[in-house]
Amino acid sequence: MPTIAPLDLDGHCITAVFLGDVPFFALADGTVHWLDHGHKSAEIHDGLLCATPEQTGAALLTGGEDGKISRLTADGNTETLAETPVKWINCIAAGPQGALGFATGRSANVRMADGTLAEFQEQRTVEGLAFAPKGMRIAAARYNGVSLHWAGTDAPPIDLEWKGAHTDVVFSPDGNYVVSCMQENALHSWRLKDSKHMRMSGYPAKVKSTSWSARGKWLASSGAPAAIVWPFAGKDGPMGKAPLELGTRGDTMVTRVACHPADDVVAIGYADGMIMAARFSDQKEGLLRRGGKGAVSAMAWSKKGIQLAFGTESGDCGIVDLSA
Amino acid sequence: MSETASPIPVTVLTGYLGSGKTTLLNRILSEDHGKRYAVIVNEFGEIGIDNDLIVESDEEIYEMNNGCVCCTVRGDLIRVVEGLMRRPGRFDAIVVETTGLADPAPVAQTFFMDDDVREKTRLDAVVALVDAKHLPLRLDDCREAEDQIAFADVVLLNKTDLVDENELIGLEQTIRAINPSARIHRTERAGVELASVLDRGAFDLQRALDNDPQFLDHDHPDHACGPGCDHDHDHHHHSHAADIHDTTVQSISLRSGPLKPDRFFPWIQKTTQIDGPNILRLKGIIAFDDDDERYVVQGIHMIVEGDHQRQWKPDEKRESRIVFVGRDLDAEKLKRTFEACQA
Repeated sequence: MPTIAPLDLDGHCITAVFLGDVPFFALADGTVHWLDHGHKSAEIHDGLLCATPEQTGAALLTGGEDGKISRLTADGNTETLAETPVKWINCIAAGPQGALGFATGRSANVRMADGTLAEFQEQRTVEGLAFAPKGMRIAAARYNGVSLHWAGTDAPPIDLEWKGAHTDVVFSPDGNYVVSCMQENALHSWRLKDSKHMRMSGYPAKVKSTSWSARGKWLASSGAPAAIVWPFAGKDGPMGKAPLELGTRGDTMVTRVACHPADDVVAIGYADGMIMAARFSDQKEGLLRRGGKGAVSAMAWSKKGIQLAFGTESGDCGIVDLSA
Repeated sequence: MSETASPIPVTVLTGYLGSGKTTLLNRILSEDHGKRYAVIVNEFGEIGIDNDLIVESDEEIYEMNNGCVCCTVRGDLIRVVEGLMRRPGRFDAIVVETTGLADPAPVAQTFFMDDDVREKTRLDAVVALVDAKHLPLRLDDCREAEDQIAFADVVLLNKTDLVDENELIGLEQTIRAINPSARIHRTERAGVELASVLDRGAFDLQRALDNDPQFLDHDHPDHACGPGCDHDHDHHHHSHAADIHDTTVQSISLRSGPLKPDRFFPWIQKTTQIDGPNILRLKGIIAFDDDDERYVVQGIHMIVEGDHQRQWKPDEKRESRIVFVGRDLDAEKLKRTFEACQA
């Protein structure tokens, strides 16, 4: 059993992340906490809705109920990057070259590092954003599909249509697939070169967490009593293939997944606060945390993959250390 | 941090533009009840809302991808409620104010069909405000006004100072023709005891019918109103409503003796599967053969919930009663098939 350094906070943890070697925890109450030679914190928003690290890992980007987009650097400095009156910032995404994406209501926005803004209006509310691995291209999940926009050019958007509500979106690391989470307990995927559809259904609950494996061959997901891991290695992706089911438990649901940065291993967080690690090759499991007060709501590996920062809905956060 | 032990109650306010929703909302917020509310509005109207926690959201209807046209939820509510519930210490209850043209069904269904929302909140009641002066006109020109009444647990007949007593009686008959089980209150400037609109438990099977102990007896000749009777006593002029307005929504009240469960359950299942899109609400108290407890059932379109409620009292007549509120319902067929469930 690895050692755990607990960090007991007061509130629902939205995002846990490492900036350099320092773990950061963003809470729904608008505070961000980090452990850099002692417990430090900053009050960033009146209500925080979303947070994600910059692609370089230099800062944490946050969006709030106060309509602000903020940037918190690893050394604890905060600046407000953008502000929209009244509207909630529903989602945020980190892009290349210091760009970021955020959504309020039906508008998806890309803010370049120099502060210029590009706005894309959708027909319906934007529920999820993701940047493509190459180029200044952003995907917006919405009702009845996903729209792909090139920021900084006048190129028309590509609309990937599929009936139903799409609540989040990710690109595969090779850029070949777009995968969305749906309101009706399923993932949907499009292969970009031919817009071929794939439905990944059968989940007993909504999928709220997905994570690509180190080399992008697997996509792990929550929404079931096990981590559901889809194979994307072949030329047809998971088409016609069964997923792996890792860390199956009879009495509780997986709420969060985070793939290891180097090995084909996934950290699995459950509704009762337990965390396990499972290896894809032999499905071997290891217990990382016995359980806690609330569901695991956030997880992130350190760069070297020897520490795992986790947060929960009830605020009992911490660091699992595998080096001990 | 206070963890949410019990689900947060949600009150939905519907009503046409100008019917007094915002006035009622401000009354709810300003009265000295010691409760804190989170308010979800579609747009900030001209009348300000005086509350710390107001969330603006765009009404957005999601059809569920299951082939059923009436399985709709409000996507914005799922999002906002989820966001609010991550900081549960801030409020004790939620009020949702809908736009004038809103369809109340997706709003209500959100609280039953989305697992996350359902786990953390409970729909307390749908309250419809109607403008006494303009109701006949509204009912003529749009379906939504009728839907809002059909769907309501509580109807506030507001702006009563703008019409006379005879008109009020007619309006109440119209409302009752659309929805016989709603509680009607006459109000001026939405002035109503807040206990009449809040914490009603209208969707709570254990309580829903206790608010109305003489459920479905109002139009029953044997029913004499007693002190426990929580409905309007002053106007039992029966069923002339159609004089005032040709409603497209109808209510069908059925009664029979004790039923056989193995006939009733397949029947209610099939009825709501087939007629679900046309059924706006249903409520019933069922007496089962050889069962000492009352079974209560309620539904919205295709969603049906039922549970045993309590023991039948010794002096209670073991009778099954059910009311459907909807459009294009075949009353004859419902009656025949319901009665065929009898033991």
